[in-house]
Amino acid sequence: MKVTFAHMGNLYITVRALLEDLGAEVVVPPMPSKRTLSIGSRHSPEFACLPLKVNIGNYIEAMELGADTIAMAGGVGPCRFGLYGEVQKEILTALGYKFEMIIVEPPQGRLRHVLQQVGRLVGRNPVGRYVRAARLAWAKMTAVDELERLAQAARPFEGHRGAATAALASALELVDDAGSPARVKRALEEGREVLRAAREPGGGNSDPPRIGIVGEVYVVLEPFVNCEVERRLGEMGVLVERSIYIGDWVREHLLKDVLRLRKGRRPYELAKPYLCHFVGGHGVETVGSTVEYARQRFDGVIQLAPFTCMPEIVAQDVLPAVSRDLGIPVMTLVFDEHSSDAGVITRLEAFVDMVERSRRRRASRG
Amino acid sequence: MVEMAGMAGMAGMARKAYLGVDVGSVSTNLVVLDERGDVLESLYLRTRGDPIAVIQEGMRTLAQAASGLEMAGVGTTGSGRRLAGVILGADCVKNEITAHAVASARVVPDVRTVIEIGGQDSKIIILRDGAVLDFAMNTVCAAGTGSFLDQQAGRLGVPIERFGELALMSTTPVRIAGRCAVFAESDMIHKQQMGHRIEDIVAGLCEALVRNYLNNVGKGKDIRPPVVFQGGVAANAGMRAAFEKALATPIAVPEHYNVMGAIGAALLAAEQVDRRGGGASRFRGFQALDMDYAASSFECKGCPNLCEVVNIKMGHEVIARWGSRCGKWDSF
Repeated sequence: MKVTFAHMGNLYITVRALLEDLGAEVVVPPMPSKRTLSIGSRHSPEFACLPLKVNIGNYIEAMELGADTIAMAGGVGPCRFGLYGEVQKEILTALGYKFEMIIVEPPQGRLRHVLQQVGRLVGRNPVGRYVRAARLAWAKMTAVDELERLAQAARPFEGHRGAATAALASALELVDDAGSPARVKRALEEGREVLRAAREPGGGNSDPPRIGIVGEVYVVLEPFVNCEVERRLGEMGVLVERSIYIGDWVREHLLKDVLRLRKGRRPYELAKPYLCHFVGGHGVETVGSTVEYARQRFDGVIQLAPFTCMPEIVAQDVLPAVSRDLGIPVMTLVFDEHSSDAGVITRLEAFVDMVERSRRRRASRG
Repeated sequence: MVEMAGMAGMAGMARKAYLGVDVGSVSTNLVVLDERGDVLESLYLRTRGDPIAVIQEGMRTLAQAASGLEMAGVGTTGSGRRLAGVILGADCVKNEITAHAVASARVVPDVRTVIEIGGQDSKIIILRDGAVLDFAMNTVCAAGTGSFLDQQAGRLGVPIERFGELALMSTTPVRIAGRCAVFAESDMIHKQQMGHRIEDIVAGLCEALVRNYLNNVGKGKDIRPPVVFQGGVAANAGMRAAFEKALATPIAVPEHYNVMGAIGAALLAAEQVDRRGGGASRFRGFQALDMDYAASSFECKGCPNLCEVVNIKMGHEVIARWGSRCGKWDSF
């Protein structure tokens, strides 16, 4: 049995570690490319959102490399993603692929189903082994989040264009190769060093503008589908933060109910004056995080959404009120398989210009 | 006497001027501004899919008019801004939103809303106290842009220049479905076949396109007067009247409405040169434009992204290269 799964940013590092440590043979799909997207779009319903299309492309490319089992996350609530596992199974079966699909639904308070599904993927294991694998995966996930944050912090000050991105790639590789939590720790230390070295002392604007990225988790985390907004903004000299990192997402979706973690509740409280209903996906988090960024005096917020994403459309309609009340500029970028880099770059440049010109005016007024 | 001496001193020194170039999908516009920001020369040319040739043509025309002027700064904007920036040696390469906003705020200092409709795109820019506060560009639909109006005028047998005045002659505009350019066209054909007068159809089309613009591009935007309407489509009096009706406010169309992007680029170049503390412009000069420029492209096979990488050559020398996602071809 060769297990594969869909890409979402650097999530593969964590998932590979977990499954391999539990004894599964893993095929990581090639990083999403134009080929992935065109295969996926060809076999997906036109009106499905982008994640489904890229997922399908990932699975097909992984099966070309010998994968025969697909692990997929389920979901609940109004977002269509919860249904995608089943839809993808039907699409791939109709195309004649032979595979097994294992859909891991969110626990909703019961861990038994999750463990059963994971057991189907990796076979029977003693409890101790699960604990060990979970610790390794957790260590990698936390390391990846930290390295991504360091790269965002380094980009506006990098010595030459692309230095921070290259440093991040090499640091992630070290983490991906580490075989134990202790080695992950060492890889992380080395990664911190590499990313520090990418910064040029005194380079860049000493007080760069800050922009927060909010929106639907998949397009926020997957640079291939969002035309690399994070890197592009960083290279324009902007300090970027995201409302979602993989660790948060896992805590929120896989562990929160089981372990009763309440950390993720803050965006819900902040969103309340504007949106007090669960609208599925990350709609409420988008609004709440925008309020949070405004309070932290960020210079702007960019919302990312896949075309036809209902939760984000609800959020988008609410955001102008947030923007007006709290005086924070907000721009929405919508992505589908027709998105072009040129259109995204023009809008990003215009947004950054707007932010910088208003900072200059404020500064000159004293 | 003192003044005479000053004049004599001036004669030896060329007057400073700023060049702005806006390379769009449909038109390429060039302007020369004096130091006060007033327009000395302006050119509106069709891009015809060959931006390099049209820039060269425009620069040849300007060379004569600009003799005796010293180009102190050059700015480019529009979808071809990078290409134009490389060929001309620009001091400032800026997106068209910023350029249009800067030009508009110069012409109408208290402007709070800019409606800009060009050949293939349309935008809205919200300003407060001369600074951009919010903006949007059309994403999924080009209904209402210059290309669509051009095409419909052609189909109705109306010269595009007369389209606007014809719309103004309408007494009872018909309602045209404006959600989609293709359906708008079939609805117009239907209304013609029903026997409606052509001026009522044309006026109805303008109203439909304005509705489309306000619902798509202008959605959620805080539109307040004074409103400035610019871009090629602002020449169309029918569109202007339809905007005035829909927004219930007078709409200003600036004198140089169709070259505002280029004016903005020139103003931004002046600002840039000023910020870096003067110094010579990077402008290659008018003569350099007679060089042989060529753009070519190849598909990089380094990964499955198969990026189309573009090479810009001046004579035999590669002067710029772009288009790869990973950036590995950007340095040379």
